[in-house]
Amino acid sequence: MDLELMINSLPKLLNAAVITLKLLSVSLIIGLFIGLFFAILRLNKNIFINRFAYGYSYVFRGTPLLVQIFIIYFGLGQIEYLRSTVLWVILKEPYWCAIIAFALNTGAYTSEILRSAFQTIKLGIIEAGKSLGISNKVIFYKIQIPIAIRQSLPAYGNEIILMMKGTSLASTVTIMDLTGVAKYIISTTFKPIEVFIVAGGIYLFMTFIIHNVIKFLEKKYSFN
Amino acid sequence: MELLAFGDSGWGDELFRATLMTIAVSITAMIIGFLFALIFTPLKLSKNKFLNFIANSYTTIIRGVPELLVIYLFFFGGTGAVMFVASIFGYNEYIEINAFITGAFAIGIISGAYSTEVFRGAIQSIDKGQFEAANVLGLNKFGKFFKIILPQTLRLAIPNLSNVWQITLKDTSLISVTGLVEIMRQSYIAAGSTRDPLFFYSFAAVLYLLLTFVSMKLINRLEVKYSRGY
Repeated sequence: MDLELMINSLPKLLNAAVITLKLLSVSLIIGLFIGLFFAILRLNKNIFINRFAYGYSYVFRGTPLLVQIFIIYFGLGQIEYLRSTVLWVILKEPYWCAIIAFALNTGAYTSEILRSAFQTIKLGIIEAGKSLGISNKVIFYKIQIPIAIRQSLPAYGNEIILMMKGTSLASTVTIMDLTGVAKYIISTTFKPIEVFIVAGGIYLFMTFIIHNVIKFLEKKYSFN
Repeated sequence: MELLAFGDSGWGDELFRATLMTIAVSITAMIIGFLFALIFTPLKLSKNKFLNFIANSYTTIIRGVPELLVIYLFFFGGTGAVMFVASIFGYNEYIEINAFITGAFAIGIISGAYSTEVFRGAIQSIDKGQFEAANVLGLNKFGKFFKIILPQTLRLAIPNLSNVWQITLKDTSLISVTGLVEIMRQSYIAAGSTRDPLFFYSFAAVLYLLLTFVSMKLINRLEVKYSRGY
């Protein structure tokens, strides 16, 4: 055990953890909107819109995140037309490519979580709203969405933790996040166990915090 | 389409072999995962606090740390660990472990943590009366486990195990960082030499979709088989 290396690498790894958290929070926020959008499409009665939303979530949940990042980072740059548009400013940055991939990926899972939450809302609640003379729009935004968010908290908490682990793939497109820096230190010192303990410990600590925040929110917004 | 031709001119045969490699690694990892689950599920259910603690640490650490980090640990640390064990037995030559074994083992340990949780949940949701009925019938320990508990556990566990299989299958794409030539690595090589990454990575995505689709169909059959009578 090389304690000195562990202590020396701690500040570097903590700095990298900030990048991991940035990647995570930005992609979660964008992903939440994408997920909500597709969950609403899934509930649409038009079969085309419905199938399209299902296809989106099927493709993104059925392929590895690594493939998605590589298609966006290496693949899209190949299209000549894209290089001449404004989009290229974003797509040439590995940081934004990673965020686009993460957001689309978590959006697919989030849409499934929200869809099942919408479908488990008791009809009586919606009927109660209607009998009070509330318009359909208000029922949707003020009754269905808040209940669906509460229902999906436990599953969404799992998704946040899975996504946090997913951000480690950013290191494959040259971003120096927590895993990227850990790999760099391992490959220069050849002390994998020490670095794994420190980096893994930071990841576990973040998992622990997220887990408890979700638990607290669940309690706060419970129906009883 | 020329890019996918078999033989020297295209990448069809290489990608086909890579797909077989992905399937082989996934199945091996899943089996290693089952072996880990076989050890850790009883520990999780045991009344001994210390054994509980060991099993809980295993599942919490593995499920809370990124897969890629675990793979790096095995990739860089695996050789050292094996050589250390060998040196205890007096063997001091350099040992190189191949990428298949390292990769399957790393993914297997991850898959095992998820399988352990699935089996624990399934066993816990079996009605107590079933255990008691088995006792009343005078079955011995093996009879009780193999004839009464296991078939019911499998019925409850198969839907969740199919999720674990999906996770395992997708995780194998990460082994490409160690140089094992599976779908992802082969696409990387092909994309590099043809300068057509968009095509090859999209094709890799199609291959993974095909694998998940076919395996889902097969698992559904198993599910039907094990829920006879329900």
